[in-house]
Amino acid sequence: MVKFLLDEFEPAQLSNLLGQEVAIAGEGVSRALIVTPEQLIATMEALVTKLGFDYLGDLTSVDRGAEGLEVVYHLYSLTNQREIRVKAKVDAETATVPTVTTIWPGADWFEREVYDLMGISFAGHPNMTRLLLPEDFEGHPLRKSYKLQKRV
Amino acid sequence: MQTQTYELNMGPQHPSTHGVLRIILELDGEVVVKATPVIGYLHRGIEKICEGKTYGQTIPFTDRMDYMHSMNNNLGLCQAVEKLMGLEVPERAEYIRVIMAELSRIASHMIYAGALVNDLGGVTGFVFLIRDRERILELFNKACGARMTFNYIRIGGVQQDVPEGWVEECRRFVDDFPEMMHTYNGLIMGNEIFQARMKDIAILPPDRAVAMAASGGVLRASGVNYDVRKDDPYGIYDRFDFDVPLGTKGDNWDRFIVRMQEMEQSIRIIDQALKQMPEGPVMAKVPKVIKPPVGEVYHHVENSKGDLGYYVVSDGGMKPYRWHARRPAMVNLQLLDELCRGYKIADVVAILGTLDPVLGEVDC
Repeated sequence: MVKFLLDEFEPAQLSNLLGQEVAIAGEGVSRALIVTPEQLIATMEALVTKLGFDYLGDLTSVDRGAEGLEVVYHLYSLTNQREIRVKAKVDAETATVPTVTTIWPGADWFEREVYDLMGISFAGHPNMTRLLLPEDFEGHPLRKSYKLQKRV
Repeated sequence: MQTQTYELNMGPQHPSTHGVLRIILELDGEVVVKATPVIGYLHRGIEKICEGKTYGQTIPFTDRMDYMHSMNNNLGLCQAVEKLMGLEVPERAEYIRVIMAELSRIASHMIYAGALVNDLGGVTGFVFLIRDRERILELFNKACGARMTFNYIRIGGVQQDVPEGWVEECRRFVDDFPEMMHTYNGLIMGNEIFQARMKDIAILPPDRAVAMAASGGVLRASGVNYDVRKDDPYGIYDRFDFDVPLGTKGDNWDRFIVRMQEMEQSIRIIDQALKQMPEGPVMAKVPKVIKPPVGEVYHHVENSKGDLGYYVVSDGGMKPYRWHARRPAMVNLQLLDELCRGYKIADVVAILGTLDPVLGEVDC
């Protein structure tokens, strides 16, 4: 059975293990590790090297309106059968987090999709261009401020 | 001799791209130097649309993602919402879900194998696979009135019980399957030309497959044992006895053969499920208006392309605040460039076929 990392370790233990002051938010299935964009790479590297999170399950984003944007990572460990949700919070004006393609090269298209639809840039990404929408498309549809047109 | 590379546009309307995929090939003579996939031609903005629908209304949209394996798409989303709400599903519904998901997997793999062999010139193989797939579609048609876009698995169970005589017909299909497999073995796998086109082409090492977040047959062909049904069992999958076929090399041939073996394992699961299936209700007591509590959930299932995940965020209202699908076909398609480099144009068709992209899912 897959273990949820936050069941295995106390928050203080985890912060110690990762070498980062990390916060935990949510309850039950909604729990997540919260990091700042500055902490992101160091936290991810520690998760890979110390806890064996070798597989990038999912990478996506949520627009929380006034609370800013979240980049959400679902990581999985093929060796230890563990999972974890990590969130990097960023405000809508900056909307930039460092890329994780250096850790998992497979993050390439995930990040391009987030950039395309949510308008979050990934600093250091080798090819930060739109993935699904045409290059001359204006706006980022998954932002809550983007309103769908009425059907004509 | 001094040579110059040139660009060739393959698709978006090309018979071998299984939809609307465009590949920009940079070629040195006939050898691929670089293959850049361009996607988005079928992008409908499903994630955005779903934010404006109720939870139940988003299920038909999943049908239109991977339209080859729709049952599992329904299943993943429904289980995600059930996980968030803490809903228990009746036993009989769980069994029907497993049977439908596995039948759907076989149908999807049949199209995969058929299209692949057809692209490589073996039209006869295609015809046999399509003929047998028709029996599965007919079973679906009898259960829910649709052949491809089912909307059958619902939050809390399934839409309706299977009709009278359905179980027996499904049983007949299970019994006839070894004979079908025997035909494919002779007609496709035994074909020397097909083998020559597949073996030792486009090798994907296991560590690279993991790093690129590949999943499904593409990952397992490289020998990495990761199947969500085994590693993170959902529903009642932990009750069934089945193996996870693995490849050894990670070449085209392994990516093909792993999926053929998976069909046999799916039949084993269906066989057990048909034997164990109890009588009873097929729908839990679900409120008329589905309002999951505030929170978020990630749930993944093994679809025929790989690790299909749903991330659903609820703000306590009737509609999802955020609705995201992790689409394995899109993630696997990233590998196209590195797998094609150094091979010929004709191999691009075979490599693309073994990655098994469904553009409805890639573009979403």
